[in-house]
Amino acid sequence: MRVAVIVFPGSNCELDTVHALRLLGAEPDLVFHRETDLSGADGIVLPGGFAHGDYLRTGAIARFSPVMAEVERHAAAGTPVLGICNGFQILTEAGLLPGALVANRDLRFICRPIHVRVESTDSILTRNAEVGRVLRIPLNSYEGNFVLDPSALEALNDRDGVLLRYSDSTGNVGDGSNPNGSTNSIAGTTNAAGNVAGLMPHPERAVEEILGSSDGRVLLESFVSSMEAIPA
Amino acid sequence: MRFRVQVMRRPGIADPEGATTARALNDLGYAEVTGVHFGRDIVVEVDIGDEAAAHARVTEMCERLLANPVIEDYTVERIL
Repeated sequence: MRVAVIVFPGSNCELDTVHALRLLGAEPDLVFHRETDLSGADGIVLPGGFAHGDYLRTGAIARFSPVMAEVERHAAAGTPVLGICNGFQILTEAGLLPGALVANRDLRFICRPIHVRVESTDSILTRNAEVGRVLRIPLNSYEGNFVLDPSALEALNDRDGVLLRYSDSTGNVGDGSNPNGSTNSIAGTTNAAGNVAGLMPHPERAVEEILGSSDGRVLLESFVSSMEAIPA
Repeated sequence: MRFRVQVMRRPGIADPEGATTARALNDLGYAEVTGVHFGRDIVVEVDIGDEAAAHARVTEMCERLLANPVIEDYTVERIL
């Protein structure tokens, strides 16, 4: 299964992502953002980083990179598309996922392992997990504060579009375990079809015990297995 | 022709910079401060002779790129 890992100017997690995907049996290819043909890709990952320097808004300029028309076409056709951190921000800017990511509540860059609780398994990111499972994964962002207006939030909750919420190590969700002030502690979401997903924490940095946690594996294994389940 | 675009967070959408600054002003004794809201000023220079046409173009730029309609409002104003 071939995965296009998109490299924007300022991406910096693409090699970690390639490493993790290879470990899980996929065949990742680094694809520069000027590319306009992703026809060989069974799945697409937008990795973390600071595309275009995060100028204007995070993801705002990357969202218009030439490759994005092809990402949108694949997303509409049902191809699994995953955005991690900056990739999540780009997918929200592109309108492929709801909401937006703004500065953390406490105006501090957060770089530490956090816990998230799996809220729904109906997506390419969580299909191999179980609802309620708690994962310990690194968070690495300044603009990780997920916001959206109340009516959009209601619609997102109604369709079970929230995949992950920040929690404590036992799975309790609340202000005390919400590292960045995200609305409803939301850490990851999916689109209505379940084939486009995004999250702020970095599962690719938690795929081997030597990294301190392998809890990210189930998420990336879900992504890899979804490529086999959904014909390209 | 120059236009000032002012982009503001929509009411009800979190503005951590504004909230933190409001608290700081309260701490300085400005108890009357009930809200601070951060925005962004962008000056766009365009090579179009007709002001209405230029205004429409800059508005389109706001819709597509300069503002995020999910969380922000904007105004466009001609400046000298």
